[in-house]
Amino acid sequence: MENKGLNKVGLIFENIDPKEVLTKAFKMTRDEIIQQVLDSGLKGRGGAGFPTGMKWKFTAAEKDPEKYIVCNADEGEPGTFKDREILDRVAYKVYGGMAIAGHTIGAKEGYVYLRGEYKFLLPKLMKELDDFHKMIDEIGYDFRIHYRMGSGAYICGEESALFESIEGFRGEPRNKPPYPTTSGVFCKPTSINNVETLVTVMMIIRDGAESYVRLGTKDSRGSKVFSISGDTPTPGIFELELGMTVQEFVKEFGDGDTKAVQVGGASGFCVPRKKFENTIIGFEGVPTGGSMKLFNSSRSMYNVLHNYLDFFTEESCGQCTPCRVGCQQLLKGVEKVKKGEVKSTYLNELVKLADTMKIASKCGLGQSVGNAFRTIVENFREEIIY
Amino acid sequence: MINLTINDQKVSVPAGTTVLDAAKQLKINIPTLCNHPDLCVAGNCRVCVVEQKGARTLVASCATPVAEGMEINTNTLKVRNARRHIVELLLSEHRSDCTKCYKNTKCELQALANEFAFGDNIFLDLVEDHLYTIDRSSPSFTKDDSKCIRCQRCVRTCSELQYISAIAVANKGAQQKISSFHNKPMSHVICTNCGQCVNRCPTGALIEKTYIDQVWDAIYDPEKYVIVQTAPAVRVALGEDLGYDPGERVTGKMVNALKQIGFDSVLDTDFSADLTIMEEGTELLTRLKKALVDKDASVKFPMFTSCSPGWIKFIEHKYPEFLPNLSTCKSPQQMFGALAKTFYAEKKKVDPSKVVSVSIMPCTAKKYEADRPEMRASGYKDIDFVLTTRELAVMIKQAGIDFRNLEPANYDSIMGDSTGAAVIFGATGGVMEAALRTAYELVTGREVPFNNLNITPVRGLEGVKEASVKIEGCTDDWKFLEGAELKVAIAHGLVNANKVMADVREGKSPYHFVEIMACPGGCIGGGGQPIPTSREIRQNRVNAIYEEDEHMVLRKSHDNPDVIAIYKEFLGKPNSHKAHELLHTHYFERDSY
Repeated sequence: MENKGLNKVGLIFENIDPKEVLTKAFKMTRDEIIQQVLDSGLKGRGGAGFPTGMKWKFTAAEKDPEKYIVCNADEGEPGTFKDREILDRVAYKVYGGMAIAGHTIGAKEGYVYLRGEYKFLLPKLMKELDDFHKMIDEIGYDFRIHYRMGSGAYICGEESALFESIEGFRGEPRNKPPYPTTSGVFCKPTSINNVETLVTVMMIIRDGAESYVRLGTKDSRGSKVFSISGDTPTPGIFELELGMTVQEFVKEFGDGDTKAVQVGGASGFCVPRKKFENTIIGFEGVPTGGSMKLFNSSRSMYNVLHNYLDFFTEESCGQCTPCRVGCQQLLKGVEKVKKGEVKSTYLNELVKLADTMKIASKCGLGQSVGNAFRTIVENFREEIIY
Repeated sequence: MINLTINDQKVSVPAGTTVLDAAKQLKINIPTLCNHPDLCVAGNCRVCVVEQKGARTLVASCATPVAEGMEINTNTLKVRNARRHIVELLLSEHRSDCTKCYKNTKCELQALANEFAFGDNIFLDLVEDHLYTIDRSSPSFTKDDSKCIRCQRCVRTCSELQYISAIAVANKGAQQKISSFHNKPMSHVICTNCGQCVNRCPTGALIEKTYIDQVWDAIYDPEKYVIVQTAPAVRVALGEDLGYDPGERVTGKMVNALKQIGFDSVLDTDFSADLTIMEEGTELLTRLKKALVDKDASVKFPMFTSCSPGWIKFIEHKYPEFLPNLSTCKSPQQMFGALAKTFYAEKKKVDPSKVVSVSIMPCTAKKYEADRPEMRASGYKDIDFVLTTRELAVMIKQAGIDFRNLEPANYDSIMGDSTGAAVIFGATGGVMEAALRTAYELVTGREVPFNNLNITPVRGLEGVKEASVKIEGCTDDWKFLEGAELKVAIAHGLVNANKVMADVREGKSPYHFVEIMACPGGCIGGGGQPIPTSREIRQNRVNAIYEEDEHMVLRKSHDNPDVIAIYKEFLGKPNSHKAHELLHTHYFERDSY
């Protein structure tokens, strides 16, 4: 187990000269940039962790002259608030990352899909966007970014539902394949990247992949911005090197009584105290889009689970059976178990259902409901029953 | 060609084929629910999931294109467990009062449950947690949300086939439902009552409004004189609900069955279809004369047919500025109804207030049409009850009739005579063909210049068809048409109607006369026809319609002896004052949502 310990990093929020980085990037060929990003080992920072270099390579290989870069700023995962901070503090780096992506994949236009609840940021972001457009005009590069607002649906953070929403339709995930790199927004080849991913690319281009790979582990290169909340004396945003154990994380951020950490939000995994030491935060252990919620012994894990299931029951788009009905069954099922209206062994049936949801749901939402369900039920069974 | 294996059997299929269709080639059956041959892929019910080697999750076979070297297994433990879970989940959300349900034994969810989820359902009943509504506002169908499984076939039908989107998906999560604009009742939205959604609903969530009991009551009432008319498309489809293959003609047996059921007189909508041709053909020629001879600029072209009540409601909602282009002729059903309680009652010496007029239609919109307030020209409700082809099949079963061994019988007179021209009303292009057969002969004194009267350019299932007929050798009365080229078009399915109308709105339409039917394939594909439907089934019904035409002695509307007689004895001549009173109507502009 490769373990890097807990190290605070300052890449994402570091102020840089975007013009310099972009001028450098625009002088590079597509292949050079793709190679740099591949070499850096960067994986998508939204949570799913798809290698960014691969995504760009696939999109760049498409022949269609009309392509798009979309920035997913629909930060909806419960307990995640790092993209808000990034946009608030270094939006110009997000725009820069989009321009580099555009240059790499061959897109002249980009969309930022901004979470509805972040509307308050929009005036500032638009002003900064104007400045950015002026800057790339000065460089002599043809690229434009547009904003599209979400309306509060969690599902619109799913990439294909997000495209539907941009196009003006109901936010429902599409069937895959085709994947966005072939048919994304407006059914054109699209690279859709998380806010933080795009900022990271700016830094990789500035410093070179060889510098970036010094951070993190083999499977989880670099650093990551974490949104830390729950029972912690120091809630907030922290950029940390990947590759620490949950134990090390809890030592730094816990209140001394941490019994569980929910890594990756409602769709993530619950790590109980007994597994802190042997669980790496990263793609080799528990992956996360940044949400880290700490729970101390005063918390009922039944309430935590109930809260998540309630959330999914409401936020499923309702399109596919396993997700729409499965969420309702899980929610009602744990309620009945808690009340003693069904046998506690009914939890075993619900775990099987969660497994079906994981393999039979249409999109990542339904597929990941089982993560929290299984890990909480397995580790805190007695709290669910009694 | 793409090579893959399914359940260890090799198969080669063209790129773009779905796993589901590739499996069909190997005779491997994968259950489906949201999938429908007429509609785009949804992939949302997940019943058709299969295992793909190397994939993280199961894949929906209906939505997954084949790939080279793909290895699929349709029958693994993982698949079976998931499938059972999915069917059980659907059942947990569905009000399973099967024995009381109109779709009992014809429900696709029930069939799946029978195969995959018999025994105890481990899941909790969720029906009690929802405030499901039952919308009975439409005169044509009932929408029961507690039976809905959210497959969205209806939604796709309404948008893809009919370009209406009267129903769409609303809300999310547990509250997701199929709803109308602002959740208004179906009677108060843009719905055309075409029933295409009803025809494709796998469960009892969308069913036609049935009037079977009311019709039985009328039949058993000794005071009532119950007459029935049967639409052309019914005779080529009814058999499907009674054990025959699609495309089997059962006209004679159907007539006999109706007599056995106890109708006092069994008559034919074909009669009033022929009458429609006389009225509508005359209207067209009159418009042409006004435009060409009188130079009357107020005359509108193209003239549209008005037989299809779904199409009528569509144009009233979506293109109201073109209502003057619609023929003022009532549909054959309503012409028949207006005459049943006037001319017919008079001839048969029965009190029109005692006449109960029933029609058997391939259509749900006909139920709505019969309820339109302007359809009371006889002084009574012209048509009392409209039954679909499906409802007639139910009645035949209820009556204990051994349909297969029934002797064929003939329609009663009067208003029971038919021609081949009337029969083909049931297929897209049929009204146009019938009109051309009569109008051409009226103007030139000669038969249409097509082999055996078969005007093939207007036939077939292409969405929009066009044809032109050069008029030569006019009789003296019609000299002004000499050398003119009559341009016609035919559209079926409202999405195709919309294409024609968009051209008309842009002033790009060159046509004089356009036939539009709301349903795919015309009436043979109507919302009241047997379930299931597909292009192949519709093609079989169309073939049967033209066979029926070929077998008729009389094949031109103006040769129908009952039609000749009614003009002589009652109506005078086509478009006469009396004809206008009884056989023509007017239209209303409606909201566009």
